[in-house]
Amino acid sequence: MPTLLIPGVLRAEAGGAARLEVTAQGSLGAVLDEVRDRWPRLERRIRDESGTLRRYVNVYVDGEDCRRSGGLATAVPPAAEIQVIPSVAGG
Amino acid sequence: MTELLAIGTKKGLLLAISDDDRQSWKIGSAHFSGHSIYAVAIDTRGAAPRLFVGLESSHFGPSVAISDDLGETWQEPDKAPLAFPADTGAAVERVWQIVPAAGDVVYAGVQPSALFRSEDGGRTYELVRALWDHPHRPEWGAGFGGQAIHTILPHPDDPQRMLVAMSTGGVYRTSDGGASWAPSNEGIKAYFLPDPWPEFGQCVHKVARDGADPDRFYAQNHHGVYRSVDGGGTWQTIADTLPADFGFPIVAHPRRGGVVWNFPLVSDGQREPVDQHCRVFRSTDGGDTWQPQQAGLPTEPFHVCVLRDAMCADDAEPVGVYFGTRSGEVFASRDEGETWSTVVAHLSDVLCVRAATF
Repeated sequence: MPTLLIPGVLRAEAGGAARLEVTAQGSLGAVLDEVRDRWPRLERRIRDESGTLRRYVNVYVDGEDCRRSGGLATAVPPAAEIQVIPSVAGG
Repeated sequence: MTELLAIGTKKGLLLAISDDDRQSWKIGSAHFSGHSIYAVAIDTRGAAPRLFVGLESSHFGPSVAISDDLGETWQEPDKAPLAFPADTGAAVERVWQIVPAAGDVVYAGVQPSALFRSEDGGRTYELVRALWDHPHRPEWGAGFGGQAIHTILPHPDDPQRMLVAMSTGGVYRTSDGGASWAPSNEGIKAYFLPDPWPEFGQCVHKVARDGADPDRFYAQNHHGVYRSVDGGGTWQTIADTLPADFGFPIVAHPRRGGVVWNFPLVSDGQREPVDQHCRVFRSTDGGDTWQPQQAGLPTEPFHVCVLRDAMCADDAEPVGVYFGTRSGEVFASRDEGETWSTVVAHLSDVLCVRAATF
């Protein structure tokens, strides 16, 4: 099953978990749809209500930045590791 | 008597409590550290004060949290409390204003310019469609702070009537509970548009409702200070005796008619007090004349702006007036602006202040 790695700053939205296993496969969008259903407060910090990835949140699928590999259509293999990492921004 | 002063900053929310008639303040540690707090409301109608906070993470977006125990605990719903319906294709960027109204109704104004209405005390909200679908919306412009509804003034006695204001777009009113909206800017100049007297498009910074006459309003615009005595139908300038007609906040006395406070700035280019002189201006005649109030305020050159929601009044007797600066200081007066003292300094930019007595 794909695994989501959650940064410390977002773990409170995932019941404290650092890793989440999801059953959804196929695309990053499908994975995040499952996250929306199971951990809605986590998902809405990654995507806005129009489904767009928030500008300063980066998502890597097996180490590849999804913005360079199809965005939400990025393929998610069955054993994929998906990292959610806040980008270098803010102030 | 307890006084609560909520201070929203670019780096979190601070709650200051006074138990000695606003002479000294106990300031707790920051809530929502790292979040920008553009909107706070304090509803004192229930058994305990209810705090509504609009918070924004630069990474993780906006949200709204509620506390019924003065910030000991916060409730934030699982699903986004404020969210545009899918068919709009829009997303909430920032919550600029939260206003509890009659019963369990709560209004929220957001960026991009939209009004949301809650009927369950602020747990869930629905987009006010008639304003979102207004034919003027494609022509509403964006100011530097974004295109947002930042002022919501429900009528105190008539739930069908309400006034909202946005940057940039101007003032709009409804008299049918939000089913239809009409621009309400007659007499307000927009020097930055080809037609300086347009039906809409004005850059209003803040509107306040008079404490005694619900049909009387005061507006601080992007150049221009105005009064309406006919419910917002027409506006007349009240800037003649102010040192400048630019500024952001305007605050009305909660009970005494004609009493208004303002913090003028030189111009949109400079955005600092005239002569770098930190002064609040108060009118007691509805804006016909203004008098400076400065006792206790800094006397050294003061270069700092006060933002649109960073000034407020409480409802104690005499009224307390508060303002926060972009240099992270908060000043308070417990005698309607006659004398001032510093509540706290060295904060991040103060984005909003709200005070309540209970």
